[in-house]
Amino acid sequence: MNVSIVDYKSGNISSVINSFKEVAEDKVNIEVTSDLNKIKLSDKVVLPGQGSFKSCIDALNKINGLKETLNEFAMTNKKPLFGICVGLQMFADIGYEESETQGLGWISGKVSKIDNQNGKFKLPHIGWNQINIVKESKIFKDINDKSHMYFVHSYEFIPEDKNVISATTDYSSNIVCSVEKENIFGTQFHPEKSDKIGLKIINNFLNL
Amino acid sequence: MLKNRIIPCLDVKNGRVVKGINFVDLKDAGDPVEQAKIYSDGGADEICFLDITASNENRDTIYDVVEKTSKKCFVPLTVGGGVRSVEDINKLLSCGADKVSINTAAVENPKVVIDSSKKFGSQCIVVAIDAKKNGDKWEVFTHGGRNNSSIDALEYAKQMEENGAGEILVTSMDRDGTQVGYDIDLMTKISSKVNIPVIASGGVGNLDHLVDGIKLGKASAVLAASIFHYGKYSVKEAKDYLDSKGIPVRI
Repeated sequence: MNVSIVDYKSGNISSVINSFKEVAEDKVNIEVTSDLNKIKLSDKVVLPGQGSFKSCIDALNKINGLKETLNEFAMTNKKPLFGICVGLQMFADIGYEESETQGLGWISGKVSKIDNQNGKFKLPHIGWNQINIVKESKIFKDINDKSHMYFVHSYEFIPEDKNVISATTDYSSNIVCSVEKENIFGTQFHPEKSDKIGLKIINNFLNL
Repeated sequence: MLKNRIIPCLDVKNGRVVKGINFVDLKDAGDPVEQAKIYSDGGADEICFLDITASNENRDTIYDVVEKTSKKCFVPLTVGGGVRSVEDINKLLSCGADKVSINTAAVENPKVVIDSSKKFGSQCIVVAIDAKKNGDKWEVFTHGGRNNSSIDALEYAKQMEENGAGEILVTSMDRDGTQVGYDIDLMTKISSKVNIPVIASGGVGNLDHLVDGIKLGKASAVLAASIFHYGKYSVKEAKDYLDSKGIPVRI
């Protein structure tokens, strides 16, 4: 099996690479690439994302044909794709970080700043928080409800269709922290930084 | 519920772990990669490496340490010490650091914080403040505590938040290495001043000090060095103790 981690020159993806390689051992070939053909031929794609919504979308757009290739992979060919952090947020139609920016539009919804309730909640939301699993998701196989995951973000994805939500976390409000829509998976938290339990999520994705 | 973090810090010099008492009198306490792995297996919420003499020595060893550690530890790794430029930050992140803490460079050239947080995101930019009490205020020290910038620590923390820092790591120079506890007054004042998470550091000698840092100092995370790596307490003991005092921790 070939899994591509999309390297679109936005933020630091070395932890994502390390964790997937750790889990994959020699059973799965992990490719870190922005080569459109390699992505097309992959069995699965991982879309990481760090920095702002706008900077990630801008970086995607800078690579000619990348957006279209990802769109074809996930939406037309319905192959498994895993978005992490801003990688998940980019599924939305629109994001409001820095300036209003159009997202990939794979899951209807928007990405807005977490309400800090007049400073009551510090932002970024940094650290370990528990997830509330609200529907069965293939990437949550053998993951207990209320497991701790590592978060770092100030913006949240608000999907229109609540049925896509597979987990939430409590910080200021009920924040969407995991989605599953057919072949598309995403987590707001960082499985690659969530210790053994996070690696299990990565393993679940690789075993799909 | 968001949990308070416990962050063991390893002071690293020439690729080896050391811990100073008030920044001098160093002892060797082993291999940083192995130590970090012990901490993460023991439930550390994050690992921090501080390259203590990096400002004036060849620091390529730290890149090697970070690279090896990030392949073994799957919890966040923060690296600081001698970080001068956006390029230094880029190099550390590329080696596998998740966050970089900036101290002297943030004082001398605030643009480093502005530019790096724009380029890599605030989530990976930690501004480290070494503060020392002078009368009724605290002043920011640089160069591993050697130089007094005379800048007011509270105002500076706020400024760094505005410049794009994602977290503030506050070390009390007066308390560091003394094991008498955090400077709670300083922690409380900075925590109330900024809307980003504050990590308390400097002075931990027992587990009650960790409790105080969170309960009284309002810190989101507590950092400690010697109480962990000389085996005085394990990370698990620390977490169990915090839990018994009603502090939310990841167990």
